[in-house]
Formats: sequence, structure tokens, C-alpha cells
Amino acid sequence: MYDKTVRRRRAVLGLLVACSLILLTAYFGESTGGALHGVQRGTSEVLNPLQEGASRALKPVRDLFGWFGDTVAAKGEVKDLRADRDRLRTEALAGEADIAENKRLSALLELDGALGLKDYAPKTGRVIFQSPTVWYATIRVDKGSDDGIRVGMPVINEQALIGRVTDVIGSSSQVTLITDQTMKVPARAGRRGVFGIVEPSSVGNPTDLVMRFVPPGAQLSPGDHVLTRGTEPEDRTQSLYPVGLPIGQITHIDNEGTDTQEVHLRPFADMRSLDVVQILTRPRGPGG
Amino acid sequence: MSASFDPRLVARLAAVGFLGVIVQTAAVSQLPIAGANADLTPLIVMAVGLLCGSLAGACFGFGVGLFFDVVALQTLGVSSLVLLGVGYGAGRLREARDPEGALVPLAVGAAATLAFALGFALMQFLLGADAPVSWALVRQIVTTLVINTLIAVPVYAIVRRSLQGSLPDDPRRRRRRAYTTGGLSPLSRGTDLR
Repeated sequence: MYDKTVRRRRAVLGLLVACSLILLTAYFGESTGGALHGVQRGTSEVLNPLQEGASRALKPVRDLFGWFGDTVAAKGEVKDLRADRDRLRTEALAGEADIAENKRLSALLELDGALGLKDYAPKTGRVIFQSPTVWYATIRVDKGSDDGIRVGMPVINEQALIGRVTDVIGSSSQVTLITDQTMKVPARAGRRGVFGIVEPSSVGNPTDLVMRFVPPGAQLSPGDHVLTRGTEPEDRTQSLYPVGLPIGQITHIDNEGTDTQEVHLRPFADMRSLDVVQILTRPRGPGG
Repeated sequence: MSASFDPRLVARLAAVGFLGVIVQTAAVSQLPIAGANADLTPLIVMAVGLLCGSLAGACFGFGVGLFFDVVALQTLGVSSLVLLGVGYGAGRLREARDPEGALVPLAVGAAATLAFALGFALMQFLLGADAPVSWALVRQIVTTLVINTLIAVPVYAIVRRSLQGSLPDDPRRRRRRAYTTGGLSPLSRGTDLR
């Protein structure tokens, strides 16, 4: 009797392990349009209203926790913000001359400056799910293909670029954040618009990104802002992101001046407390 | 272990697993505490393993992991593989050691969380994660471990309460019965013979 029980236990365990490995191999090997991905999306579609309802019902609890966290964090931020204010005041004075020159040049070229956000036809959505594991920096938003959302569209919050849509079902879409290990964003930094690729510096760190492939002689310094690069006329393929979306601010530079220099930046958006986001449904502007 | 085939127990386990994953994804994962959040899934699986045994624990872990991977749009099979190990381990602990004490869920919950975090990390590396690991990741794992350890006892109590009435032999009841019928282990019987 004991042997039979042990044998059955081991057989079930072996069967479950085998099932997991088969699922893993099949899922990993198939394309995003494969059968398992389809089943996953279908199930997700069915459960979406339930998750959305639960998310709404539990929002007061989340807000309460958020209030405690924000109060503690705000005290620590006061000193940094004062330093930022002083620096920005200096920059603003210096920037006034640049703005005046920019206006003149814009008028000369009959350009009307940077595009407004409305040109990108933003759709506002609410975050209904955030991946609990640090290995997947993803969120789910309550806007899907029924609202005109497509894979690849950039997503922003009130602060900056946060990621792009990587999967869509009827009533919701999955957004992979720029802090996910799979993400790479072409960017420009500093006054001279130095080019580089922004990606996460390490797994599970939502406050540190790194800008790679920056030329060794690039004149960058901590405090410089990093924005999306957009598409340049010489590019063969169009960028997924429009030009000029803020990403973050340079914090420090490793191996400065060498071929392997890494420019570290802190994203403007707080990826750990996303609530309302905007999906840019026309990322190439009015003509796109 | 035969109780794992009790339809009432299976239905209750399905409800516990379903609600656990929904609460985790809709609320708990959006409540950052010191830069991390609690992870109910290993705690629920640990509780079921401790209460129902290794076979039920492994099956429950597999089911919860699979459901979680589906809901979170993650690679299928990763969470189910790791969580079935957690459930099996907790169940074997119950069967082999039959631990007693109010703080057992706390220690086993911490071990289950750590095993889940390390197992998940290992799977990610095997699947080809190409970003380096930072101290921030280690800090988040440690923070989650601390939070989970603190909530392990209440989570265990809630799961136990949810399954009450359908559970296999309660360890305390078994021990009490063994005492009244002349002892449980061959060792104690040997003592009686002498």
C-alpha cells in the first residue's frame, strides 16, 4: 500500500513536471500568433472584466497604501527638489536666449515648433494590472483593439514615456515598460542631441536606465535630459516613438570618454505607481 | 492523500486558487511596500501543501502557476513548474515531519517565497535573460521575502478556514487519535512492548 502511494505520488509529480516543460518549450518556441498565445489571450479576454472590476473595487485600498508611501517619500524628496529648483532657475534664465533664437529659426523655416500631444491622438487608459514579478516589467491597460489600440504604439503618463504596447486583446492591451529587459529606445541627450540607445541597466531596477552606443567624445553631464529621437530622414525604418518625448535625466556616466561609456539616467516616470496612462494611437503625427 | 480526490475539496481548492490569483493581480501587485510587493501565490500553494499533502500541493501549485502565467501574459509553464515544486515540498514536509506549532506557516512561508523567487530567477536565466542582475533585484526579493513572512500566518489561516470541513486528517486530530489508540510510531510501540 505504501509503495503504491509513493509510486503514484512520484508518477503525478513527474507528469506535472513534464507538462510544465512541454508547455514552456512549446510556448517559447511558437510565434506570438501561435495556438498557446491565442489560448492565453482568449482566457485573458474572458477574465478582463473580472480583473477590471476587482481593480476598481480595490482602488481605495491601493490609494490608502499609496498615500502612506507618498507621505514618506515626499519628505525625502524636498531637499532634492529644492536643489532642482535652483538649478532649473539658472537653466531657465540661460534658456530664454535659446528660446528666442529658436522662435526666430522656426519662423524662418516656417515650422511651428514641437508637435502638440493632440497630434498623436492619445487615448487615455487606466492600469488594471501590474506584473508582480520583477522579471516582467509589464502593465495592462483597459483600452484594447476595440478602442483602436495596436501593437507597437508608444505609451506615456503625465510625466514621460513609459513603454509601448506589446500585446492587444479586444478590451485591454499589455504595455511593456521601458524598464523591461527586452526594451530599447532610440534617444537623444543634452543640448547637442547626442544619440544613444536607452535600455534597462539591470533586471528589476525601475529607477536606473542606461544609454549605450554614445560616442566617446559626447559632451554630456549629469542633469541633462534624455528624449526620444524619433525618425531621422536618413533612417531606413521608422522609429516606433515620436520625436521629443521625455524619457529621463542623466544621473552619472561610467567609463566617461571611452568606447564603453555608459550614461545612466533616472526615468522621469515612476514605473512603480502607474495609474492613468495615454496611448499615442498616431505616433507619426497627423500625416502618419 | 485520498482526500485530494474529494470533489468538495477540489472545488474549494479551485476557488481558493482562482481568487488568490485575481486578488494578487488586481490589487496586491499594485500595492508597493518599500519598493516591492507581497506575492500571495507561493503562500497559498504552501498553505495547501501543508494542509493537504504533497500530491494535492503539487497539483494545486501547477494549476495556480498555470493560471497565473495565463492571466499575467507570461511565458506559460514557468510559474507552474516552480510552484508545483513549492507545493510538493510543503506537502512532503507535512507527510514526513508533521510539524506542529503556530509559527510553522511563517517559516515554511518564508522558505516557499525564497524557493519561488530563486526558482523563477533560475528559469529566467535558463530562458535567456540578457540583462545583468542588480542589487535592486536582490533588495526587492529580500523585501518581498520579509513582507511574505509577515503575512504567511494570516494567509495560512484564511486558506485553512476556506478548506475547513473538506481537509484530509488534521495533524492534531491524527496525533490525538494516535495517542488514544496506543501510539503512532513503531518506536513508541517498541517502548510499550518492553
